[in-house]
Amino acid sequence: MNKDQAPVLICKDLCISYYTRAGEIPAVVDFSLTVKPGETIGIVGESGCGKSTVAMAIMQYMGANGGIKSGSITFKGRDLTQLSERELRSIRGAEIAMIYQEPFASLNPSLKIKTQLMEVPLAHENISKDEARQRAAQMLSDVNLPDPERMMESYPHQLSGGQQQRVVIAMGLLSNPSLLLLDEPTTALDVTVEAGIVKLVADISKKFGTSQIYISHNLGLILETCDRVFVMYSGEVVEEGTIDSLFTWPKHPYTHGLFACIPLPTADKNAAPLKPIRGQLPLPFERPQGCYYHPRCDHFKPGLCDLERFKMVHVENSAADHRVRCLRYKEIDHHREVPGGEAKEAIELGKRVLKVNGMKKYYEVRDSSLRALFAGKRIRQVKANEELNFTAREGETVAIVGESGCGKSTFAKVLMGLETSTAGEVRHNGKEISEVAVRDRSAKQISSLQMVFQNPFDTLNPSHSIGGQISRVIKKFGVETDKKKIFDRVMSLLDTVKLPRDFYFRKPRQLSGGQKQRIGIARAFAGNPSMVIADEPVSALDVSVAAAVTELLMDIQREHKTTLLFISHDLSVVRYLSDRIVVMYLGHILERGTTEDIFAPPYHPYTEALLSAVPIADPEVTKREIVLEGNLPSAMKPPKGCPFCTRCHRRIGDICDNDLPPEQFVVDRHIIKCHISLEKLCLVLPVITVPDVSERLHVEQRE
Amino acid sequence: MLITTSTTEMPTAGYGAAFLRALKSFALLRESWVGMVGTFLILFWILVAVFAPWLAPFDPNASIQPFAKPGMEAAKISGTFWLGTDHIGRDILSRVIWGSRTVLIYAPLATLCAYTVGILMGLAAGYRGGWVDDVLSRIADIILSFPVLVLYIIIIATIGASGINIIIAITFASSPGIMRIVRGLTLDLRNRDYVAAAQTRGESDWRVMIVEILPNARGPLIVDACLRLGYVIITIGVLGFLGLGLPPPDPDWGGMVNETRQMAMAFPHMTIFPCIAISSLILGFNLLADGLREISLRD
Amino acid sequence: MVTLVVKRIGFMIFTMIVVSLILFLLLETKLTGDPATRVLGQFSSAEQRELWREQHGYNQPVALRYVKWLGNFATGELGESIRFKGPVADVMFPRLWNTAILGFVTFAIMIPISLTLGVLSGMKEGSMLDRTISVFGIITTSVPEFASAVMFSALFVFSLKWLPGTSSMSGGFEFKQLILPAMVLIVYDFGYVARMTRASMAEVMTSQYIRTAVLKGLPYRSVIVKHALRNALIAPFTVIMLQINWLLSGVIVVEFFFAYKGFGALILEASLNNDIALLEACAMVAVCVAVTTQTIADIGYTFLNPRIRFS
Repeated sequence: MNKDQAPVLICKDLCISYYTRAGEIPAVVDFSLTVKPGETIGIVGESGCGKSTVAMAIMQYMGANGGIKSGSITFKGRDLTQLSERELRSIRGAEIAMIYQEPFASLNPSLKIKTQLMEVPLAHENISKDEARQRAAQMLSDVNLPDPERMMESYPHQLSGGQQQRVVIAMGLLSNPSLLLLDEPTTALDVTVEAGIVKLVADISKKFGTSQIYISHNLGLILETCDRVFVMYSGEVVEEGTIDSLFTWPKHPYTHGLFACIPLPTADKNAAPLKPIRGQLPLPFERPQGCYYHPRCDHFKPGLCDLERFKMVHVENSAADHRVRCLRYKEIDHHREVPGGEAKEAIELGKRVLKVNGMKKYYEVRDSSLRALFAGKRIRQVKANEELNFTAREGETVAIVGESGCGKSTFAKVLMGLETSTAGEVRHNGKEISEVAVRDRSAKQISSLQMVFQNPFDTLNPSHSIGGQISRVIKKFGVETDKKKIFDRVMSLLDTVKLPRDFYFRKPRQLSGGQKQRIGIARAFAGNPSMVIADEPVSALDVSVAAAVTELLMDIQREHKTTLLFISHDLSVVRYLSDRIVVMYLGHILERGTTEDIFAPPYHPYTEALLSAVPIADPEVTKREIVLEGNLPSAMKPPKGCPFCTRCHRRIGDICDNDLPPEQFVVDRHIIKCHISLEKLCLVLPVITVPDVSERLHVEQRE
Repeated sequence: MLITTSTTEMPTAGYGAAFLRALKSFALLRESWVGMVGTFLILFWILVAVFAPWLAPFDPNASIQPFAKPGMEAAKISGTFWLGTDHIGRDILSRVIWGSRTVLIYAPLATLCAYTVGILMGLAAGYRGGWVDDVLSRIADIILSFPVLVLYIIIIATIGASGINIIIAITFASSPGIMRIVRGLTLDLRNRDYVAAAQTRGESDWRVMIVEILPNARGPLIVDACLRLGYVIITIGVLGFLGLGLPPPDPDWGGMVNETRQMAMAFPHMTIFPCIAISSLILGFNLLADGLREISLRD
Repeated sequence: MVTLVVKRIGFMIFTMIVVSLILFLLLETKLTGDPATRVLGQFSSAEQRELWREQHGYNQPVALRYVKWLGNFATGELGESIRFKGPVADVMFPRLWNTAILGFVTFAIMIPISLTLGVLSGMKEGSMLDRTISVFGIITTSVPEFASAVMFSALFVFSLKWLPGTSSMSGGFEFKQLILPAMVLIVYDFGYVARMTRASMAEVMTSQYIRTAVLKGLPYRSVIVKHALRNALIAPFTVIMLQINWLLSGVIVVEFFFAYKGFGALILEASLNNDIALLEACAMVAVCVAVTTQTIADIGYTFLNPRIRFS
């Protein structure tokens, strides 16, 4: 990073608006940014803050109804807003390149990879086809893709998500651009795949000298990849600074609030729970007077913060270029606050409620290729769940962790009765349920085991009112039969999930994602269930909204002593709220135990890699780096031996490929399924090291 | 903030509310001028059909002397006969007006029957899958493999031509297409979480299909219904033109063209006015469909 | 891929057999009325009908009759036409050829025009060109073929006297007589194909991979021709194949109106005259053509879509 060279990109006082039939919607208000050569800048914010709009504005591709109202974007001395279409075309792809959120949708499904790669240098430079081909193949290996030649001849759908994203990155780097824009490049990818991409992105500046702008909503990812970070709220930058200064001493109340919403390793659901930011993000045409954040700010001072708009100011006594948009930052001492919200009481665990014993679920798939016909193997089995064993107690939170294809959704389906198991048993409150489909279960059984779904936008039927949908659930479970009583119960449920009572009459369309998810929770708890399965309930929500919904779930669980089965791939949230963890991979449970057991050695090698992949937004936490090579095997052709053998970084030999590993008991209820001996595993260093409170930097600063 | 008072009223049951909601959605049409023109055309013909007895100056089936005699020049367009008379002296204006009744009774009826059958088949095929889907889809494929008019000709040739038979024929020929559309929508919608939520509540299959899935398919289905109404009107017209439609003498626009075709060289007005009538009505439905599609895309 | 082709062809044959069964049941059995009555008329006596039935082998068991009938069909023995008093084959094949000519002319003009205009309007969605073509397409698909035939006749035959009113080709082949029938078909179908193409193109233009292509700095022409068209034209291809199926319906009206001696008019005449053998043969041929084009469309769609071809 060359601090003395001229900056690559300067955005100055940028104002971007969308012009729709409903009028002008100001998406970005007063955005300024400078990118130096070789620097990686992060832009972080929640949905609606305008970060993607900024990226599109830099590329001058805002669609028919978007426009830069005022301000300038200067790229290497040229004002991008004044360039002609032809000049822009010569810059796009060659000088500024973009990486997108969904890699598969961004690649043309009908063209081979090599065509899409070679186009870039062929369009911008005067080289021959052969040379373009060579450069493309070279770039594919530079982004760590195995077998570049085969990849060149493939079509996008033949590649995995991680491979597709690497191809898109290769495509962006082929003409040696000076600036790379990355718009949430890993949101659509699995955690361990994401880690690989993140490492690649972090290395790009070093390898190629490219400057980067990395847009994300995840502070942990920003920490791992960027040098400087800009925090955006409601269309403007509220704080900017280097990673060190901003992450250690955040000055703006919003930044501080964001950090309090993230389940960092120091948070604890009972002793130091998450502190959601109260209120809601203002709509673009309803922005308040003065500071946009003041309605939600705990340090709001009437008469000062709600008068006029103001600019960013330089933070005194801080590293260079740490600026904040707050009039009171000097007076607010964030360390005086109690980290985390009010402490809450821990639940006492009760008797055993769920027992899963050797459960298997195989799907039959018909393979209709000619080869299968001749080999006589027309029906194949997808072994979605293989020999699952674990238990859960009343009031306990058990997390099921795994990436796509691990079988957690299948397991949820068997529990809920949408599928029946192939073998083994599952006992809920003593009754066997794995072979009983939903339509054969009693109303009491059904109401005592309910589910909260992942996608808040699909969890409610858009055609019916909220009240109607919850009433239906109450009626179906026979909780109440009298119309008035049902109505009262719906109202009390709305109170429990902290939503206004007149939402009864609204349609889902009128609710935000977080509000819809709250209704989903209300619906699941309508029948007083003894166990609730929550399938990634907060993955699709913004950080602050997710914190609020998570806390709501914890509160309701505390009150009703419900057992919670929490399915997720996000180990930070899992560490925060679960008592026990089950790690799944390709249908097998590779490790299970209490949260402390899982997060400390001995680890199963997969757990080790998962832990290393989790982005943690705490600069003082150290992590060991483990990157997995190899591909996820297809579910129809799993390895004969350990399912993880194709990617395992601790593979000891042929025994891993051929034999299923045994279950080794570390202590009672902590099990690791691996061939490596326990003694060797206990010697492994911890992956995540959280420094003691006494060793922390910011404590020093206070003295 | 919570509204913690007992003044939150229980909602009153729905038909009145549903009707008001339907009216409100018509107000949305104002945003698309294409849809507005279409609605206007349709409403025009509906009014004509409803008020036919008062609008038509003559009895549509009565031959007016002295134009009924063969060889006599049929009345041209004049003050008495705004659109002239046909070859046996019947007033064309009256026949066109009364003909709208025929069309506007049979077409919606046939379309409604076809939709009922098609929706039931499509929901079952899409939701249940398995052999139900296989069988229903094969049946649909076989019916759809006939060129449409050939199918109609065969059906009418075997069961004869009458009002009811035409409705049966149209239902039979149109429901596979509708089934395909509904099946596609069902396949897409059945993976939504709210359907899974209903299933995990133990709701019965038919309840899930009709209450959870069908209302969310109404957007594309309404657009298709308008288009299909237009198409059914064409079919009724064509069958009338080919002589396979409703038996005479009731005025039927297609039949009117068929009867007077031979004299078109000398008296073009006999054939042109029914053509304009039928085209304008179909245009109305097509424009409305396009307008609705535009609006649903804007959402 | 090979399995798919085999499966499709197998299904095609299956469909043909089922259709033949349906036709047989409808027209040759007592299911929908006595065939003898249908042929000889309502006023025939019981004896006449019995004699006729005996003569034509209607008193044998149904299954046997079906197999014999199907066998005859397969070997090309299509029976005798009552209306034309001769072998069905002699009547049908020349007419089929005439319709093929009409269809060929229609498609040769309609397809390039509608594809081009569809692509152009899809590229610039919402523009004046797009709206004009859309509205024009809606108008033309709103006018039934007999109506447009009437109006074109009134204009070109009676008013301007440029074209002949009928197309019976009594004096040998004359291209002028093809113009009006082809024009009616072209005008009607153009709207449909153009709008399908437009929809496909518009959808492709808003896809993310087109955004990628633009932001890679590729020249506009490359974006359209290399990236967009390749994906946008897959759906219209299927649509066009299925238009052959539509053509077999459309020609009925047109040929009837203009007295063109084609296959469509033949089907109509057969049904109006209760000429069972002719009707059966025509129906089988029509379905055969329809099913073949559907199969080709299916296979073609799979072939053009790399996602399915290489899976």
